[in-house]
Amino acid sequence: MWKDFPLLPDSASTMAPQVDMVWWFLVALSVVMTVLIFATVIAFVAYFRKKNDGRVATQIEGSTQLEVLWSALPFVILMGLFFWGTAVYVQTQRPPENVMDMYVVGKQWMWKIQHPTGQREINEMHIPVGQAIRLTMTSEDVIHSYYIPAFRTKKDAVPGRYTMQWFEATKVGDYHLFCAEYCGTKHSQMIGTVHVMEKDAYQRWLSGVVATDTPEAAGQKLFEGMRCASCHPVDPAKPTIDGVAARGPLLAGIYGKEVVLKDGGKVVVNDEYIRESVVRPLAKVVAGFEPVMPTYDGQLSEEQIIQIAAYIKSLKDSGAKQ
Amino acid sequence: MSSSKASAAAHQLEHSDGHGSGHENETYLNNGYGWKSWLFTVDHKRIAILYLISISFFFAIGGAFATMMRLELATPTGDVLQSDTYNKLFTMHGVVMIFFFLVPSIPAVLGNFLVPIMIGAKDLAFPKINLLSWYIYMVGGIATLAVALTGGIDTGWTFYTPYSSAYANTYVAAMTVGVFITGFSSILTGLNFIVTIHKMRAPGLTWFRLPLFIWAQYATSLIMVLATPVIATTIFLVGLERIFHIGIFDPTLGGDPVLFQHLFWFYSHPAVYIMILPGMGVVSEIIACFTRKRVFGYSFIAFSSLAIAVLGFLVWGHHMFVAGQSAYAGIVFSVISMMVAVPSAVKVFNWTATLFKGTIELTTPMLYALNFIGLFTIGGLTGLFLAIMATDVHLTDTYFVVAHFHYVMVGGMLMAYLGGLHFWWPKMFGRMYPEFAAKFSAVVVFVGFNLTFFPQFLLGYMGMPRRYHTYPPEYQVLNILSSAGASILAIGYIIPAIYMVWSLKWGKKVGANPWDAKGLEWTIQSPPTTHNFDSIPVVTEEAYAYGEEDSTHQHGQKEVSVVR
Repeated sequence: MWKDFPLLPDSASTMAPQVDMVWWFLVALSVVMTVLIFATVIAFVAYFRKKNDGRVATQIEGSTQLEVLWSALPFVILMGLFFWGTAVYVQTQRPPENVMDMYVVGKQWMWKIQHPTGQREINEMHIPVGQAIRLTMTSEDVIHSYYIPAFRTKKDAVPGRYTMQWFEATKVGDYHLFCAEYCGTKHSQMIGTVHVMEKDAYQRWLSGVVATDTPEAAGQKLFEGMRCASCHPVDPAKPTIDGVAARGPLLAGIYGKEVVLKDGGKVVVNDEYIRESVVRPLAKVVAGFEPVMPTYDGQLSEEQIIQIAAYIKSLKDSGAKQ
Repeated sequence: MSSSKASAAAHQLEHSDGHGSGHENETYLNNGYGWKSWLFTVDHKRIAILYLISISFFFAIGGAFATMMRLELATPTGDVLQSDTYNKLFTMHGVVMIFFFLVPSIPAVLGNFLVPIMIGAKDLAFPKINLLSWYIYMVGGIATLAVALTGGIDTGWTFYTPYSSAYANTYVAAMTVGVFITGFSSILTGLNFIVTIHKMRAPGLTWFRLPLFIWAQYATSLIMVLATPVIATTIFLVGLERIFHIGIFDPTLGGDPVLFQHLFWFYSHPAVYIMILPGMGVVSEIIACFTRKRVFGYSFIAFSSLAIAVLGFLVWGHHMFVAGQSAYAGIVFSVISMMVAVPSAVKVFNWTATLFKGTIELTTPMLYALNFIGLFTIGGLTGLFLAIMATDVHLTDTYFVVAHFHYVMVGGMLMAYLGGLHFWWPKMFGRMYPEFAAKFSAVVVFVGFNLTFFPQFLLGYMGMPRRYHTYPPEYQVLNILSSAGASILAIGYIIPAIYMVWSLKWGKKVGANPWDAKGLEWTIQSPPTTHNFDSIPVVTEEAYAYGEEDSTHQHGQKEVSVVR
């Protein structure tokens, strides 16, 4: 058991050193404060211990100056720490432009991972080093949490909604992947490995794995198979369906845009809204359309809804996906 | 030992009282015998004893659960227990320790016993409601134990949905009934204390003459009354969803699982302060007594209790930084969480400053109070790691969190409870505990506690998630240290259990004031009579008027002698 006994976690992402800076500062602060308090207590106890020398306690009511000082000083330090910690955290919310999208679905007790090129894995995630990766995550059942200690990143996978986390690996190697939110019997076995590879090694790995359709292509097949196109036009050149006004909004170019709803509200079309429209179509109906869409809740898996969203995302104004 | 001298002096006092001519004094303990005189009592002191016995029982059960968990975690593989059993153990450990030990411990035992006496009253404002609160507690407790014995529950004490409401195949509904019922016991106790402290203070006992223990109980009671209904409602909704499939938290029924977390932590974070504030009150009393000094900055400490109680209501979202709540909400919760650290820090500084130029006696209660200061300091500082979002993302849901809250709950609250129990034991039973064994066990507890929980900070930073039945082998060394510490800690709990019971019969008899302490509770006989005071006391001095005659305390360093 003594072999392989590290005392520090691996540091293998762009975020890790930044988080560790805050961590080590806090450790230093804690050690200084703890030593200060312990030393003061011990010194006072030793020096002011009651002896039979007739000394009596000196009554001190308090000192407003001292108390203001030791309220204000911690306050200033704590606010400084808050701003620093928040600045680091904000970066975890803002992926860079050239980010690569991957999809994660948690279920009791496994992680299902899909690559942008269509490869799928379970409890293993192969990723290239030096490439920012954004995970869009959800869960099929209970709440899970996708945690890679070496990257210092973690985010819950919540059923019924999408959550996001991103990271950029900086060091080739194999790292732990844990479920960090208690999810039932085999919670502690809902673990896996993140394989960080050189970019060309990643490409070789990709080509060695049987790829299914890309998320977009799979989404297109589903879109056609579920007959979504009988109401939703996808080609701006053909906004009607069989010469009749379409019953649903034109989907080309709609992703990322704001649409006006029937009740006058507005909503940005994103993965979350697309998912809601598939599962609960009447929740937010676009203005000018009747609430006639049936629900596909239960007919599509979470992974399939993700694929449909990826397909809609790929539909550009200029026409259907090339 | 100074206590033996003090108790000898107290003996004289007892004889000179004029009561003791052959027959025993009348006390609350001998005023009626038989089970009816206890189970139908409305005496706040007897109810306190009922609580003492019950929570000690629940503490032993919660501790047994923890022992089995630490045994399992000595190896990385699951070789003692099944995963389901392990999951039930940590759930039951949390439920029992939090709802049936930590929340009621100091308020229901020491608070029940001392609040009326410290303010010069004959009982609480509503004695029958006080008894009712104990019955409610017991009904909830027995329901919970029945669930534990008949199959248990495996949701974690946090009952997160939709796992608890739709997926767990254990007795969630029955367990939530137990916790739901127990909540009313807290509410009634809090209500009783608030009314009592407002309306029944002795003449002359103004707010700023109250012992800090009373301030802490008051702040705690406010939280109990305001926050507990929220957890009751939340748990009720989980029950509704589980039994009648009404969609509230389960997304497949159109609910929102994160809503549950908001509601849950809206109670459960303030509940952390329910668990720590009374401990802070106890520590203030002990330190004042054994330094023979007023507490440094009385009003700062009093107001910091209220500040903690108020701010404590506004920080619940720091449990949810990675749960999918908005980043902006997270930022607001982070900054308020940092603010709540300030009044806590002030208290630690003030207690430390109180030691300065005191005459310090290292009695057992004082050892526990110093344990409290040290461990609460570590518990508080490690809280910063979790309030700051950058580090929380990495550390949340790992063993770092487990270590942090055990430093606060066990290192803080339990140390204060044990300190308070030793401090007021002679008042409660008229007999002293054996000092050497008590000091020895205080040291054992300190060593065992740190060995158990300090390695868990490292485990958390290394990335080991909490609630893991099995774990990767590189975490084993630290886990073995932790399990070894737990066995030492267990000894530190068993020793007091033995000598405290022993002292009830064989402990040295003491008089009214074995510690030479200030405060109304030390002016009446030990154990007190059923009605506490023969006549209503009139208070003419400040709290902790050590070293007085002239009661004109001023800022500064006026030398006055202690009256012994």
